[in-house]
Amino acid sequence: MLKINEVILQTVTKVVVFIILTLAIYLFFSGHNAPGGGFIGGLVLASSFVLMLLAYDMETIRKGLPLDFKLVGASGALIVVLTGLGAIVFGEPFLKQAIFSFSLPLYGRVEFSTVTLFEAGVALAVVGVVVTIILSIAEDV
Amino acid sequence: MIKTILIISLILFGISIFITFYRIIAGPTFPDRVLAMDVIGVNLISTIAIVSVLFQTRAFFDVILVLGILSFLSTISFSKFIERGVIIERKRDI
Repeated sequence: MLKINEVILQTVTKVVVFIILTLAIYLFFSGHNAPGGGFIGGLVLASSFVLMLLAYDMETIRKGLPLDFKLVGASGALIVVLTGLGAIVFGEPFLKQAIFSFSLPLYGRVEFSTVTLFEAGVALAVVGVVVTIILSIAEDV
Repeated sequence: MIKTILIISLILFGISIFITFYRIIAGPTFPDRVLAMDVIGVNLISTIAIVSVLFQTRAFFDVILVLGILSFLSTISFSKFIERGVIIERKRDI
């Protein structure tokens, strides 16, 4: 059988994966006042994992990235619930969010809100669920 | 003036997508259909760029990036399915 050469795809993947990861982080942090957020950032992050799985194979990705994606999804859901329950401790209704702002030298005013932690949980849950679904579909064949 | 040019180009992109859609339906082989879907992706990206010039907004640039990534991924996976018959393989035979 003819040996298939996939040097071009693997070389392109090594560059493009970092572009996709940058876009995912940008989408995750632009979720306040612009399109984006945890769900979209998680989906783009999952698409970078899918691109790595397409260019290489499952064994190489498992060896280089030893994450159990079911555990990643479950810990994301746990973070979401904990940020919701944190509001109850302060006597506020469930899922009530707070916002702080402080000023850094050389950068200016920084706003930090607990919505960011909630969105991080959503992103982890989405990445875990999507990669688990794709891996379990691919393993059956 | 520039608005008329942009609207005419949008209409032309619509006609181009329609012609490519005929190639998806009547394409004789499977690679023809995959290529037509890639062409539709490129046309959609150009359409969104022209729409964002027409509306004078920057909100659609993320859409262009995400659509480019998805079009790239779908073309690669279809090509790998045509060439190998399996998309994500368990172990490469080197």
